[in-house]
Amino acid sequence: MSESYLPIFILFFVTLGIGGAMLGLAYVLGPRKPSAIKEMPFEFGSPNIGTARERFSVKYYVTAILFLVFDIESVFIYPWAVLFRELGWFGFVEMLVFVAFILVGLVYVLRKGALEWE
Amino acid sequence: MDNVMCSQADKFLGMVPYDWTMIVIVPVAKILFIIAVIIGLYTPLATLVERKLSAAMQDRIGPNRAYIIKVGGKPLTIFGLFHTMADALKMFTKEWTTPKSADKFLFYLAPVIGLVPALLTFAVIPFGPPIQVCDRVVPLQIASINVGVLFIFAVGSMGVYSAALAGWASNNKMALLGALRASAQSISYEITFGLTLVGLMMVFHTVRLDSMVAQQVDLLHWGVFLQPLALVLFFTAAMAENKRIPFDLPEGESEIVGYFVEYSSMGFGLFMTTEFIEMSAIAFLTTALFFGGYTVPTWVATDHSFAMWNVASELWPAAFFAIQMAAFFFKVTVLWLFQFVVRWALPRFRYDQLMRLGWRIMLPLSLANIAVTAIAILAADGDAAKGTEYVMMTGLVMIGLFVLSLFYSRKPRQSGDSGHGHDHGHDEQQATVAAAHH
Repeated sequence: MSESYLPIFILFFVTLGIGGAMLGLAYVLGPRKPSAIKEMPFEFGSPNIGTARERFSVKYYVTAILFLVFDIESVFIYPWAVLFRELGWFGFVEMLVFVAFILVGLVYVLRKGALEWE
Repeated sequence: MDNVMCSQADKFLGMVPYDWTMIVIVPVAKILFIIAVIIGLYTPLATLVERKLSAAMQDRIGPNRAYIIKVGGKPLTIFGLFHTMADALKMFTKEWTTPKSADKFLFYLAPVIGLVPALLTFAVIPFGPPIQVCDRVVPLQIASINVGVLFIFAVGSMGVYSAALAGWASNNKMALLGALRASAQSISYEITFGLTLVGLMMVFHTVRLDSMVAQQVDLLHWGVFLQPLALVLFFTAAMAENKRIPFDLPEGESEIVGYFVEYSSMGFGLFMTTEFIEMSAIAFLTTALFFGGYTVPTWVATDHSFAMWNVASELWPAAFFAIQMAAFFFKVTVLWLFQFVVRWALPRFRYDQLMRLGWRIMLPLSLANIAVTAIAILAADGDAAKGTEYVMMTGLVMIGLFVLSLFYSRKPRQSGDSGHGHDHGHDEQQATVAAAHH
């Protein structure tokens, strides 16, 4: 069984090699004439003010947390989706109740305006 | 004849232990084939097709100058085919710059992190019918693993690291903004991407891609007929994850340059390569899941014996194998070209529209699709044919629901705009006056 994963490992190292080779080749072939201005982060030509290690909008964090909730939900749905014929209507209602609980959360979050990006 | 060839092959393969043939040599051959098709054919062609199709849709000629040799005093251009080589050469020979304040290790790592999962997706997609070589059946799929679809979710979600790391490591505010947008967008559509395939898992009662394809021999059992709504949602979510044009906010050239603004030469080239590889990955996946993979919608194909190709037997099965391979790559190419056409057919979304589409329309619809599919199959009570019928009927209903939900979502916003409501006529008048002046 585990040997059926071997090709994936081979492919993994092949792709890693391709990526590394492409970067390495460009590194070798390309000219390099560094200057202070070239090494500055490009922010539309104006002198940089501070670094990019800034705080950013809390909305991205809310999105990430929502993603976690629904990703876990989908992880629970996968095994049910494979077995739902055997579980029958009982399993279906159980899954509906589970999804409904999380959907209530989503509706709450949306009503609170957590995903208003205007 | 059969036996002679087979025994010859066995004698040749006898030099290496039998296990090694199947475990290493055959997979390596398949990997080389896929790499040759993807990196050697589809990706270079994508750079040209992108420009040529843009040109066609904008009534221009497009790239047509590059040549290597002249024939009869005229440069041999072949529809600009040499531009693919010129583009690649240009990427390799451009100057490589790294911002001083960048996190060097992550800065170089990020483009490679994007490339690896994009190519790994192909590991579980069957690209041809299983072939029979003497006494061995070789599936044309790099790794025939039992978690199939789950592997694609696992690998597909890795792509977000590339954008996030690239933007953060660049130490550039615009790149960071692009990375944040990319991450938020990818994870928002990730859920829909995962949930739409649950419908297919339920209909085909498996998570293996090879057995999903094998069940689509009959034209009416293609995923597109069983799960039409899932197809629409899946393709949209996949394009959103790939950050292709209606969803290209992370790299919106006119506002922020994007998470790869600091990358030059092949660093940038790898991001483009990854995007093009993912386009073919989407085409491969959609073909395998929704358009019957390598199956040909013929009346012959229902006879399963033809699906096996015996190298040492007569020609007809070999021809059938060739037709199946051609059918697979034809379907892939059509879906691949479709993504280029979408680029110029649709304008870029606004960020709030993007998030609303993902969270308020696509996510509830994908959940509804699962529930309706489950009801349809459970209502058939174990009768497979009846179940398929129910699933197809409910699929049509779901498509109708989708169209309705799109209309609902076009309702103008109530909050925020109401204060300026009476100004609209005035604004419009001014706009017309301004337009008349120019």
